[in-house]
Amino acid sequence: MKADPKGVLTGAHFFDGDHACCEGALSAGCRFVAGYPITPSTEIVERIAARFPSVGGMFIQMEDEIASSIAIQGAVWGGAKAMTVTSGPGLSLMMEHIGLAAMLETPCVFVDVQRSGPSTGLPTMPAQGDMMQARWGSHGDYEIIALCPNSPQECYDLTIEAFNLAEEYRVPVMMMMDECVGHMTEKVIIPRAEEIEVTPRRFTTLKPGKYLPYQAKRNEIPPMVKAGDGYRFHVTGLTHDERGYPAMNAEAHDRCVRRLVEKIRNNARRIIRIEETDTADAEVVVVSYGITSRVAGKAIQMARADGLKVGHLRLITAWPFPERRLRTLASHVKAFVLPELNFGQMFFELQRVIEGKAACYPVAHAGGTVHDPEAIYRRIMYAARHARMREKKEVTR
Amino acid sequence: MSRVNPVNQYLRMDRMPHIWCSGCGLGTTVNCFIRAVKDCGFPLDQVAVVSGIGCAGRVAGYLKLDSFHTTHGRPIPFATGLKLANPKLKVVVISGDGDLFAIGGNHFIHAARRNMDLTVVCVNNFTYGMTGGQLTPTTPIDAISSTSPYGNFEEPFNLPFLAESAGAVYVARWTTYHVKQAAKSIREAIQKNGLSFVEIISPCPTLYGRRNKLGDGLAMMKAFKENSSIVNGADTRGVGMDFKGKIVCGKFIDREKPSFLDMYHATMSERFGPFYECYEGVQ
Repeated sequence: MKADPKGVLTGAHFFDGDHACCEGALSAGCRFVAGYPITPSTEIVERIAARFPSVGGMFIQMEDEIASSIAIQGAVWGGAKAMTVTSGPGLSLMMEHIGLAAMLETPCVFVDVQRSGPSTGLPTMPAQGDMMQARWGSHGDYEIIALCPNSPQECYDLTIEAFNLAEEYRVPVMMMMDECVGHMTEKVIIPRAEEIEVTPRRFTTLKPGKYLPYQAKRNEIPPMVKAGDGYRFHVTGLTHDERGYPAMNAEAHDRCVRRLVEKIRNNARRIIRIEETDTADAEVVVVSYGITSRVAGKAIQMARADGLKVGHLRLITAWPFPERRLRTLASHVKAFVLPELNFGQMFFELQRVIEGKAACYPVAHAGGTVHDPEAIYRRIMYAARHARMREKKEVTR
Repeated sequence: MSRVNPVNQYLRMDRMPHIWCSGCGLGTTVNCFIRAVKDCGFPLDQVAVVSGIGCAGRVAGYLKLDSFHTTHGRPIPFATGLKLANPKLKVVVISGDGDLFAIGGNHFIHAARRNMDLTVVCVNNFTYGMTGGQLTPTTPIDAISSTSPYGNFEEPFNLPFLAESAGAVYVARWTTYHVKQAAKSIREAIQKNGLSFVEIISPCPTLYGRRNKLGDGLAMMKAFKENSSIVNGADTRGVGMDFKGKIVCGKFIDREKPSFLDMYHATMSERFGPFYECYEGVQ
């Protein structure tokens, strides 16, 4: 389906990432946003509050992030495409409802413009410290999708993508922005509505009485209904059966949760998006995401100027993580370097999937600013030197 | 001739038997609610029920309507999103005193302040039944609960006063003894534009009644009958409840105020003129 032209501001703009994200939501067909002000995400809801009344949308500023994160789910079950917008402390409050969205299979988007934590931390400064929380923050087993834009243009593009993925897989999708990407201003091109692909909600074609809310084959995503259409359906955050009714036993729980997990894991190859540069013959590959990928780009240039074969793999989806691709790369790459604005989050995931087949080096940073490219460059050179030394030792042996 | 309960057709009979104890007031409340919905004149396909967590949280799951069993304390914000996405719906929140006024208290006062077009029915049994009878914000002083074993010493909420102060346009209280009046009040509440609130005082003989030596469900109902008085229009400041004390019932508040959506339309029409695209929800 093509985008509704009403929400699409076609043209070349000079936007910061927050504003671009708002326009992405509008292009994607989002017409309900509930939010609570929090730096550095506030500009998104401010723009939404200004833009929505003229395009038939509804913005409501809720009393807190807990309320925002469930109001959007009420709106989705009422038929809307909906999102909420926050930053670290707010995301912490939303965890319960990420679990609810996963359990009810409510398609919705959570935008997190990351700032430095823990706690109130550095509200106006960047970090990438919510990556694990986005994946694991709510209790129990479930899967989500997380996207990491590295420019205002991508804040626009990936917000549309986030809504499309949410609809396709009926999951909460996390837009993992950061303060830098949110507040940097660059050129953003918004295409014409007929050039924007938008995934509509898949409603059931069955009649009331025939429809069961969670009837789906393995790996399949059940179609939805909305309140008011005569289906008289029930959904619950309790473990449920195909009818949506509570089912309090281990077998039903296994069926319920297994499908929540497998619908993402088994479709991971279709969901994952990465960007690779010069990885084919690389000795060292830098894995990065978000704003750090741009700083890493400079460090890679410096290392290449020294004659080192360095590749770059940028995560556009952080979750699901590109396990297979990284394992394949590990067969010829000597070392991986992963800079991020935290003390090791996606790094642990990288280490896990590489399984010791290549060396892995973090470039840790508490946040508050971006890396000095020099620090990443030094780590790349160190990684290469150690890889060569290790090879020499193995040959001598 | 077989006799079928006339409310059966509004229930998910495939989910019976329900989980509630004998003597519980939730069944009575559901019965009153169904009678109210039948009489309110709205097509049933346009009525949605949202519940939180706890014994009362299970109400949604037994009603044959579009119904949502959400998270603890959060049925009101869920209902807010649902209503705003489709303003044609009549959205009713049915939940308990702990859910709506402890963990969910903030959401209630803000929904009342905004005059969100919702009906909130609070089944107040003075305790958390599902978890074994703990103290709630409505447990009267001196009452015993599993987490106030020496008697409660915290001042409880006077819910009608709270609802009125926060801005509700309709406030009533009945006990499960007053089935006719409760059904009528819920119907009026549903027909009201804005946030309407009905408190239903309900027995929990299994936990609250037993610990406080109030007898079985029947004895508690008798006490409701004997200890209650009906004072329509009573000043809500005076309707707080004491342990084993008087229960003032009645319709306390019935006033007109523009709802959230009325104010939204008025403001945006004025600001945007012809450029305002009247928000009618997602079609």
